[in-house]
Amino acid sequence: MAQYKLVKCTINGKPVEQMVDVRASLTDMLRNDYRMTSVKKGCEVGECGACNVLIDGECFNSCIYLAVWAEGKHIRTLEGLLSEDGELSDIQQAFIDETAVQCGFCTPGVIMSAVEILESGRDYTDDELRKMLSGHLCRCTGYENILRAVRKTLDKRLGKN
Amino acid sequence: MYDIKALYEANSVQDAIKLRLEHPDAQILAGGSDILVQIREGKRAGKELISIYMIDEMRGVELDDDGAIRIGSLTSFSHITKNEIVQKYINVLGEAVDMVGSPQIRNIGTIGGNTCNGVTSADSASTLFALDALVELTGSNGKRIIPISDFYIWAGEVDIKPDEIQTAIIIPKEKFEGYHGHYIKYAMRNALDITTTGCSVNVKLSDDKKTFTDVRIAYGVAGPVPMRAKNAEEFIRGKAVNEENIKEFSLQVLNDVKPRDSWRASKAFRQHLATELAYRALSECVKLAGGEL
Repeated sequence: MAQYKLVKCTINGKPVEQMVDVRASLTDMLRNDYRMTSVKKGCEVGECGACNVLIDGECFNSCIYLAVWAEGKHIRTLEGLLSEDGELSDIQQAFIDETAVQCGFCTPGVIMSAVEILESGRDYTDDELRKMLSGHLCRCTGYENILRAVRKTLDKRLGKN
Repeated sequence: MYDIKALYEANSVQDAIKLRLEHPDAQILAGGSDILVQIREGKRAGKELISIYMIDEMRGVELDDDGAIRIGSLTSFSHITKNEIVQKYINVLGEAVDMVGSPQIRNIGTIGGNTCNGVTSADSASTLFALDALVELTGSNGKRIIPISDFYIWAGEVDIKPDEIQTAIIIPKEKFEGYHGHYIKYAMRNALDITTTGCSVNVKLSDDKKTFTDVRIAYGVAGPVPMRAKNAEEFIRGKAVNEENIKEFSLQVLNDVKPRDSWRASKAFRQHLATELAYRALSECVKLAGGEL
Protein backbone atom coordinates (compact mmCIF):
# COMPACT_ATOMS: atom_id res chain seq x y z
CA MET A 1 0.00 0.00 0.00
CA ALA A 2 1.43 3.30 -1.04
CA GLN A 3 2.41 5.59 1.80
CA TYR A 4 2.40 9.38 1.24
CA LYS A 5 3.64 12.33 3.26
CA LEU A 6 3.35 16.09 2.89
CA VAL A 7 6.82 17.54 2.37
CA LYS A 8 7.34 21.31 2.74
CA CYS A 9 10.64 22.79 1.66
CA THR A 10 12.24 25.66 -0.23
CA ILE A 11 13.45 25.06 -3.77
CA ASN A 12 15.65 27.77 -5.27
CA GLY A 13 14.29 30.26 -2.78
CA LYS A 14 10.61 29.44 -3.35
CA PRO A 15 8.57 27.77 -0.56
CA VAL A 16 6.79 24.72 -1.93
CA GLU A 17 4.84 21.71 -0.63
CA GLN A 18 3.80 18.46 -2.19
CA MET A 19 2.39 15.07 -1.20
CA VAL A 20 5.27 12.69 -1.79
CA ASP A 21 5.49 8.91 -1.96
CA VAL A 22 7.79 7.96 0.96
CA ARG A 23 9.70 5.61 -1.35
CA ALA A 24 10.76 8.53 -3.56
CA SER A 25 14.32 9.79 -3.65
CA LEU A 26 14.93 13.52 -3.69
CA THR A 27 15.91 13.12 -7.38
CA ASP A 28 12.46 11.62 -8.05
CA MET A 29 10.74 14.50 -6.26
CA LEU A 30 12.78 17.27 -7.90
CA ARG A 31 12.40 15.85 -11.41
CA ASN A 32 8.85 14.50 -11.33
CA ASP A 33 7.03 16.90 -9.01
CA TYR A 34 8.97 20.10 -9.68
CA ARG A 35 10.36 19.51 -13.18
CA MET A 36 13.89 20.33 -12.09
CA THR A 37 15.41 18.31 -14.94
CA SER A 38 18.94 19.60 -14.38
CA VAL A 39 19.01 16.99 -11.61
CA LYS A 40 20.13 13.95 -13.60
CA LYS A 41 19.55 10.29 -12.92
CA GLY A 42 22.97 8.77 -13.44
CA CYS A 43 24.24 5.85 -11.40
CA GLU A 44 21.55 6.22 -8.71
CA VAL A 45 23.93 4.77 -6.10
CA GLY A 46 25.79 7.93 -5.07
CA GLU A 47 28.90 7.46 -7.18
CA CYS A 48 28.61 9.70 -10.26
CA GLY A 49 27.37 13.00 -8.77
CA ALA A 50 25.01 13.81 -11.69
CA CYS A 51 22.11 14.32 -9.25
CA ASN A 52 24.10 16.60 -6.93
CA VAL A 53 22.12 19.47 -5.32
CA LEU A 54 22.76 21.89 -2.45
CA ILE A 55 20.81 21.20 0.74
CA ASP A 56 21.21 23.92 3.37
CA GLY A 57 24.41 24.95 1.61
CA GLU A 58 26.07 21.52 1.42
CA CYS A 59 26.35 19.16 -1.56
CA PHE A 60 24.32 15.96 -1.53
CA ASN A 61 23.67 13.26 -4.09
CA SER A 62 19.89 13.54 -4.28
CA CYS A 63 19.59 9.95 -5.60
CA ILE A 64 20.49 8.54 -2.18
CA TYR A 65 18.53 11.08 -0.17
CA LEU A 66 14.92 10.34 0.71
CA ALA A 67 12.45 12.95 -0.52
CA VAL A 68 10.82 13.05 2.94
CA TRP A 69 14.15 14.23 4.42
CA ALA A 70 13.73 17.46 2.41
CA GLU A 71 11.18 18.63 5.01
CA GLY A 72 12.15 22.14 6.15
CA LYS A 73 15.31 22.22 4.04
CA HIS A 74 16.56 24.82 1.57
CA ILE A 75 17.33 23.07 -1.70
CA ARG A 76 19.15 24.60 -4.64
CA THR A 77 19.51 23.20 -8.13
CA LEU A 78 21.16 24.47 -11.30
CA GLU A 79 17.85 26.13 -12.33
CA GLY A 80 18.33 28.52 -9.42
CA LEU A 81 21.51 29.96 -10.95
CA LEU A 82 19.64 31.62 -13.82
CA SER A 83 19.49 35.39 -13.31
CA GLU A 84 16.24 37.35 -13.59
CA ASP A 85 17.14 38.60 -17.06
CA GLY A 86 17.78 35.04 -18.22
CA GLU A 87 21.58 35.33 -18.30
CA LEU A 88 23.87 32.54 -17.23
CA SER A 89 25.85 32.85 -14.01
CA ASP A 90 29.62 33.37 -14.14
CA ILE A 91 30.38 29.72 -13.34
CA GLN A 92 28.04 28.46 -16.10
CA GLN A 93 29.61 30.85 -18.62
CA ALA A 94 33.08 29.72 -17.52
CA PHE A 95 32.14 26.09 -18.25
CA ILE A 96 31.25 27.16 -21.81
CA ASP A 97 34.34 29.33 -22.24
CA GLU A 98 36.69 26.60 -21.02
CA THR A 99 34.93 23.81 -22.96
CA ALA A 100 34.21 22.10 -19.66
CA VAL A 101 30.97 20.80 -21.20
CA GLN A 102 30.82 18.09 -23.82
CA CYS A 103 27.83 15.79 -23.54
CA GLY A 104 26.67 17.87 -20.58
CA PHE A 105 25.17 15.11 -18.45
CA CYS A 106 27.50 15.57 -15.48
CA THR A 107 27.59 19.38 -15.82
CA PRO A 108 24.69 20.49 -13.56
CA GLY A 109 26.00 18.32 -10.72
CA VAL A 110 29.58 19.53 -11.08
CA ILE A 111 28.44 23.15 -11.23
CA MET A 112 26.50 22.77 -7.98
CA SER A 113 29.68 21.47 -6.29
CA ALA A 114 31.47 24.48 -7.80
CA VAL A 115 28.80 26.77 -6.32
CA GLU A 116 29.48 25.42 -2.83
CA ILE A 117 33.21 26.02 -3.36
CA LEU A 118 32.73 29.55 -4.78
CA GLU A 119 30.30 30.63 -2.07
CA SER A 120 32.64 29.58 0.74
CA GLY A 121 34.44 32.86 -0.03
CA ARG A 122 37.95 31.49 0.40
CA ASP A 123 40.77 30.38 -1.87
CA TYR A 124 41.88 26.80 -2.50
CA THR A 125 44.90 25.15 -4.10
CA ASP A 126 44.36 23.13 -7.27
CA ASP A 127 44.83 19.94 -5.24
CA GLU A 128 42.12 21.03 -2.82
CA LEU A 129 39.80 21.85 -5.73
CA ARG A 130 40.45 18.43 -7.27
CA LYS A 131 39.50 16.80 -3.98
CA MET A 132 36.37 18.95 -3.63
CA LEU A 133 35.29 18.03 -7.17
CA SER A 134 36.15 14.35 -6.78
CA GLY A 135 32.53 13.30 -6.24
CA HIS A 136 31.76 13.60 -9.94
CA LEU A 137 32.38 11.30 -12.86
CA CYS A 138 32.83 12.88 -16.29
CA ARG A 139 33.54 10.56 -19.22
CA CYS A 140 34.07 13.34 -21.79
CA THR A 141 36.29 16.16 -20.64
CA GLY A 142 39.10 14.48 -18.73
CA TYR A 143 38.37 16.94 -15.88
CA GLU A 144 41.13 19.45 -16.71
CA ASN A 145 38.76 21.93 -18.36
CA ILE A 146 36.31 21.57 -15.48
CA LEU A 147 39.08 22.34 -13.00
CA ARG A 148 40.14 25.34 -15.12
CA ALA A 149 36.58 26.73 -15.27
CA VAL A 150 36.24 26.52 -11.48
CA ARG A 151 39.75 27.94 -10.95
CA LYS A 152 39.15 30.95 -13.22
CA THR A 153 35.75 31.75 -11.71
CA LEU A 154 37.17 31.43 -8.20
CA ASP A 155 40.09 33.74 -9.05
CA LYS A 156 37.70 36.27 -10.59
CA ARG A 157 35.38 36.26 -7.60
CA LEU A 158 38.31 36.71 -5.25
CA GLY A 159 39.55 39.60 -7.41
CA LYS A 160 42.80 37.82 -8.23
CA ASN A 161 42.91 38.86 -11.90
CA MET B 1 11.52 5.04 -6.33
CA TYR B 2 13.02 2.74 -3.73
CA ASP B 3 11.68 -0.73 -3.05
CA ILE B 4 10.69 -0.02 0.57
CA LYS B 5 7.84 -1.89 2.28
CA ALA B 6 7.16 0.85 4.81
CA LEU B 7 8.98 3.86 6.24
CA TYR B 8 8.68 4.86 9.90
CA GLU B 9 10.15 8.22 10.80
CA ALA B 10 11.57 8.88 14.26
CA ASN B 11 11.80 12.48 15.45
CA SER B 12 13.52 11.77 18.78
CA VAL B 13 15.60 9.03 20.38
CA GLN B 14 12.59 7.91 22.46
CA ASP B 15 10.51 7.83 19.28
CA ALA B 16 13.10 5.59 17.63
CA ILE B 17 13.13 3.17 20.59
CA LYS B 18 9.33 2.96 20.48
CA LEU B 19 9.40 2.28 16.72
CA ARG B 20 12.10 -0.37 17.21
CA LEU B 21 9.80 -2.26 19.61
CA GLU B 22 6.74 -1.83 17.39
CA HIS B 23 8.52 -2.98 14.22
CA PRO B 24 11.09 -5.64 15.17
CA ASP B 25 11.86 -6.53 11.55
CA ALA B 26 12.57 -2.98 10.45
CA GLN B 27 16.05 -1.86 9.50
CA ILE B 28 17.47 1.34 11.06
CA LEU B 29 18.26 3.98 8.44
CA ALA B 30 20.70 6.82 9.22
CA GLY B 31 22.26 8.68 6.25
CA GLY B 32 21.48 5.78 3.95
CA SER B 33 24.64 5.90 1.82
CA ASP B 34 25.05 2.14 2.38
CA ILE B 35 21.50 0.97 3.00
CA LEU B 36 19.74 2.87 0.19
CA VAL B 37 22.42 1.64 -2.22
CA GLN B 38 21.87 -1.94 -1.03
CA ILE B 39 18.12 -1.49 -1.57
CA ARG B 40 18.87 -0.42 -5.16
CA GLU B 41 21.01 -3.52 -5.59
CA GLY B 42 18.12 -5.65 -4.36
CA LYS B 43 20.00 -6.88 -1.28
CA ARG B 44 17.79 -5.16 1.26
CA ALA B 45 14.80 -4.56 -1.03
CA GLY B 46 11.21 -4.81 0.19
CA LYS B 47 12.05 -4.20 3.88
CA GLU B 48 10.58 -1.90 6.50
CA LEU B 49 12.80 1.02 7.49
CA ILE B 50 13.00 3.20 10.59
CA SER B 51 14.51 6.52 9.53
CA ILE B 52 16.44 8.20 12.34
CA TYR B 53 18.05 10.79 10.03
CA MET B 54 15.83 13.68 11.21
CA ILE B 55 16.79 13.30 14.91
CA ASP B 56 18.86 16.48 15.30
CA GLU B 57 19.61 15.80 19.00
CA MET B 58 21.96 13.05 17.77
CA ARG B 59 24.19 15.50 15.88
CA GLY B 60 27.27 17.37 17.04
CA VAL B 61 30.55 17.00 18.92
CA GLU B 62 31.00 18.11 22.52
CA LEU B 63 33.40 17.84 25.43
CA ASP B 64 31.82 16.13 28.45
CA ASP B 65 32.39 17.37 32.02
CA ASP B 66 35.04 14.66 32.50
CA GLY B 67 36.90 15.78 29.38
CA ALA B 68 35.69 12.95 27.15
CA ILE B 69 34.78 13.74 23.54
CA ARG B 70 31.20 12.81 22.69
CA ILE B 71 30.28 12.53 19.01
CA GLY B 72 26.56 12.20 18.27
CA SER B 73 25.97 9.16 16.07
CA LEU B 74 24.33 11.18 13.28
CA THR B 75 27.22 13.63 12.97
CA SER B 76 28.30 13.59 9.33
CA PHE B 77 31.89 12.84 8.31
CA SER B 78 32.37 16.37 6.95
CA HIS B 79 31.13 17.93 10.20
CA ILE B 80 33.54 15.73 12.18
CA THR B 81 36.45 16.85 9.99
CA LYS B 82 35.49 20.53 10.32
CA ASN B 83 34.84 20.34 14.08
CA GLU B 84 37.23 22.35 16.27
CA ILE B 85 37.22 19.86 19.17
CA VAL B 86 38.13 17.05 16.77
CA GLN B 87 40.87 19.14 15.14
CA LYS B 88 42.35 20.07 18.50
CA TYR B 89 42.31 16.70 20.27
CA ILE B 90 41.76 13.84 17.81
CA ASN B 91 42.70 15.24 14.40
CA VAL B 92 43.47 11.71 13.20
CA LEU B 93 39.73 10.90 13.26
CA GLY B 94 38.90 14.01 11.22
CA GLU B 95 41.56 13.02 8.68
CA ALA B 96 40.37 9.41 8.52
CA VAL B 97 36.72 10.25 7.84
CA ASP B 98 37.85 12.82 5.24
CA MET B 99 38.93 9.83 3.12
CA VAL B 100 35.46 8.26 2.93
CA GLY B 101 33.86 8.20 -0.54
CA SER B 102 33.46 11.69 -1.96
CA PRO B 103 32.51 15.17 -0.66
CA GLN B 104 28.80 14.39 -1.17
CA ILE B 105 29.11 11.05 0.64
CA ARG B 106 30.95 12.73 3.52
CA ASN B 107 28.01 15.14 3.87
CA ILE B 108 25.39 12.38 4.15
CA GLY B 109 27.42 9.58 5.77
CA THR B 110 27.34 9.40 9.57
CA ILE B 111 29.80 7.94 12.06
CA GLY B 112 26.97 5.95 13.61
CA GLY B 113 25.99 4.40 10.32
CA ASN B 114 29.61 3.70 9.48
CA THR B 115 30.10 1.69 12.68
CA CYS B 116 26.63 0.07 12.87
CA ASN B 117 27.13 -1.47 9.43
CA GLY B 118 29.75 -3.69 11.03
CA VAL B 119 32.01 -3.68 8.00
CA THR B 120 35.77 -4.02 8.38
CA SER B 121 36.57 -1.41 5.72
CA ALA B 122 34.80 1.50 7.48
CA ASP B 123 37.30 4.37 7.47
CA SER B 124 36.22 5.62 10.90
CA ALA B 125 36.38 2.23 12.58
CA SER B 126 40.11 1.49 12.65
CA THR B 127 40.80 4.92 14.14
CA LEU B 128 38.04 4.44 16.73
CA PHE B 129 39.65 1.08 17.65
CA ALA B 130 43.05 2.77 17.93
CA LEU B 131 41.47 5.40 20.19
CA ASP B 132 39.79 2.76 22.41
CA ALA B 133 36.47 4.51 21.71
CA LEU B 134 33.26 3.65 23.56
CA VAL B 135 29.88 3.13 21.95
CA GLU B 136 26.77 4.56 23.62
CA LEU B 137 23.54 2.67 22.96
CA THR B 138 20.17 3.93 24.16
CA GLY B 139 17.28 1.55 24.78
CA SER B 140 14.06 1.37 26.76
CA ASN B 141 16.04 0.85 30.00
CA GLY B 142 18.38 3.76 29.41
CA LYS B 143 21.96 3.97 28.23
CA ARG B 144 24.56 1.24 27.83
CA ILE B 145 28.18 2.06 27.10
CA ILE B 146 30.52 -0.60 25.72
CA PRO B 147 34.04 -0.67 24.21
CA ILE B 148 34.00 -0.54 20.41
CA SER B 149 35.89 -3.86 20.31
CA ASP B 150 32.87 -5.49 22.03
CA PHE B 151 30.42 -3.64 19.78
CA TYR B 152 31.72 -5.46 16.71
CA ILE B 153 30.72 -9.13 16.83
CA TRP B 154 31.40 -10.38 13.31
CA ALA B 155 31.34 -9.08 9.75
CA GLY B 156 28.06 -7.17 9.41
CA GLU B 157 27.04 -8.00 12.97
CA VAL B 158 27.14 -5.52 15.85
CA ASP B 159 25.82 -5.54 19.43
CA ILE B 160 22.57 -3.58 19.18
CA LYS B 161 19.66 -4.97 21.18
CA PRO B 162 16.15 -5.05 19.63
CA ASP B 163 15.06 -1.92 21.53
CA GLU B 164 18.27 0.05 21.06
CA ILE B 165 19.84 2.55 18.73
CA GLN B 166 23.43 3.77 18.79
CA THR B 167 23.36 7.36 20.06
CA ALA B 168 27.00 8.40 20.44
CA ILE B 169 30.67 7.52 20.13
CA ILE B 170 32.69 8.51 23.19
CA ILE B 171 36.46 8.91 23.39
CA PRO B 172 37.66 9.08 27.01
CA LYS B 173 40.16 11.80 27.89
CA GLU B 174 42.92 9.42 29.01
CA LYS B 175 42.80 7.73 25.59
CA PHE B 176 43.67 10.82 23.57
CA GLU B 177 45.47 13.16 25.99
CA GLY B 178 49.18 13.16 25.14
CA TYR B 179 48.67 10.87 22.12
CA HIS B 180 49.40 11.64 18.49
CA GLY B 181 47.66 9.69 15.75
CA HIS B 182 47.94 9.00 12.04
CA TYR B 183 45.72 7.06 9.63
CA ILE B 184 46.69 5.68 6.24
CA LYS B 185 44.07 4.45 3.78
CA TYR B 186 45.40 2.28 0.99
CA ALA B 187 43.00 2.07 -1.94
CA MET B 188 43.19 2.00 -5.73
CA ARG B 189 41.73 5.49 -6.25
CA ASN B 190 41.93 8.66 -4.18
CA ALA B 191 38.15 9.14 -4.19
CA LEU B 192 35.10 6.90 -4.16
CA ASP B 193 36.98 3.76 -3.30
CA ILE B 194 36.77 1.20 -0.53
CA THR B 195 39.86 0.69 1.62
CA THR B 196 42.05 -2.23 0.51
CA THR B 197 43.67 -2.10 3.94
CA GLY B 198 43.70 0.81 6.37
CA CYS B 199 45.92 1.38 9.39
CA SER B 200 45.50 3.79 12.29
CA VAL B 201 48.16 4.37 14.95
CA ASN B 202 48.15 6.35 18.20
CA VAL B 203 51.39 7.02 20.05
CA LYS B 204 52.40 8.44 23.41
CA LEU B 205 56.11 9.11 23.88
CA SER B 206 58.00 9.63 27.15
CA ASP B 207 58.74 13.21 28.24
CA ASP B 208 62.21 13.10 26.67
CA LYS B 209 60.67 11.65 23.44
CA LYS B 210 63.12 8.73 23.57
CA THR B 211 60.79 5.91 24.65
CA PHE B 212 57.45 4.56 23.43
CA THR B 213 55.23 4.93 26.52
CA ASP B 214 52.24 3.51 24.63
CA VAL B 215 51.35 2.56 21.07
CA ARG B 216 47.92 1.51 19.83
CA ILE B 217 47.54 0.22 16.28
CA ALA B 218 44.34 -0.86 14.55
CA TYR B 219 43.47 -2.12 11.09
CA GLY B 220 40.54 -2.14 8.74
CA VAL B 221 40.31 -5.05 6.27
CA ALA B 222 42.90 -7.16 8.06
CA GLY B 223 40.20 -9.52 9.35
CA PRO B 224 36.40 -9.88 9.41
CA VAL B 225 36.03 -6.88 11.71
CA PRO B 226 38.35 -3.93 12.50
CA MET B 227 41.09 -5.14 14.86
CA ARG B 228 43.99 -4.14 17.07
CA ALA B 229 47.47 -5.65 16.69
CA LYS B 230 48.02 -6.36 20.39
CA ASN B 231 51.19 -8.46 20.02
CA ALA B 232 52.90 -5.67 18.16
CA GLU B 233 51.68 -3.11 20.73
CA GLU B 234 53.08 -5.20 23.57
CA PHE B 235 56.39 -5.60 21.75
CA ILE B 236 57.03 -1.88 21.38
CA ARG B 237 55.73 -0.58 24.72
CA GLY B 238 58.69 0.73 26.75
CA LYS B 239 61.14 0.32 23.87
CA ALA B 240 63.45 3.03 22.57
CA VAL B 241 62.29 5.27 19.74
CA ASN B 242 64.43 4.18 16.80
CA GLU B 243 64.22 2.87 13.26
CA GLU B 244 65.09 -0.69 14.23
CA ASN B 245 62.27 -1.01 16.77
CA ILE B 246 59.72 0.46 14.37
CA LYS B 247 60.86 -2.02 11.70
CA GLU B 248 60.51 -4.94 14.11
CA PHE B 249 57.12 -3.61 15.28
CA SER B 250 55.88 -3.56 11.68
CA LEU B 251 56.84 -7.23 11.28
CA GLN B 252 55.23 -8.16 14.63
CA VAL B 253 51.82 -7.09 13.31
CA LEU B 254 51.81 -10.23 11.15
CA ASN B 255 51.20 -12.21 14.36
CA ASP B 256 47.94 -10.27 14.78
CA VAL B 257 46.36 -9.59 11.40
CA LYS B 258 44.27 -12.19 9.61
CA PRO B 259 43.55 -10.88 6.12
CA ARG B 260 42.01 -13.07 3.44
CA ASP B 261 42.02 -13.30 -0.33
CA SER B 262 39.22 -11.32 -1.91
CA TRP B 263 38.57 -9.93 -5.39
CA ARG B 264 39.87 -6.59 -4.14
CA ALA B 265 43.29 -7.83 -3.05
CA SER B 266 45.14 -11.01 -2.15
CA LYS B 267 46.00 -12.12 1.38
CA ALA B 268 49.71 -11.77 0.61
CA PHE B 269 49.29 -8.20 -0.61
CA ARG B 270 47.26 -7.26 2.47
CA GLN B 271 49.94 -8.75 4.75
CA HIS B 272 52.52 -6.68 2.90
CA LEU B 273 50.29 -3.61 3.34
CA ALA B 274 49.81 -4.33 7.05
CA THR B 275 53.58 -4.27 7.56
CA GLU B 276 54.31 -1.28 5.36
CA LEU B 277 51.43 0.82 6.71
CA ALA B 278 52.41 0.02 10.32
CA TYR B 279 55.93 1.23 9.57
CA ARG B 280 54.81 4.42 7.84
CA ALA B 281 52.01 5.29 10.27
CA LEU B 282 54.15 4.77 13.38
CA SER B 283 57.04 6.76 11.86
CA GLU B 284 54.63 9.61 11.11
CA CYS B 285 53.21 9.47 14.66
CA VAL B 286 56.71 9.76 16.12
CA LYS B 287 57.24 12.91 14.04
CA LEU B 288 53.87 14.33 15.12
CA ALA B 289 54.76 13.62 18.75
CA GLY B 290 58.02 15.56 18.37
CA GLY B 291 60.30 12.54 18.42
CA GLU B 292 63.31 11.98 16.21
CA LEU B 293 64.21 9.05 13.98
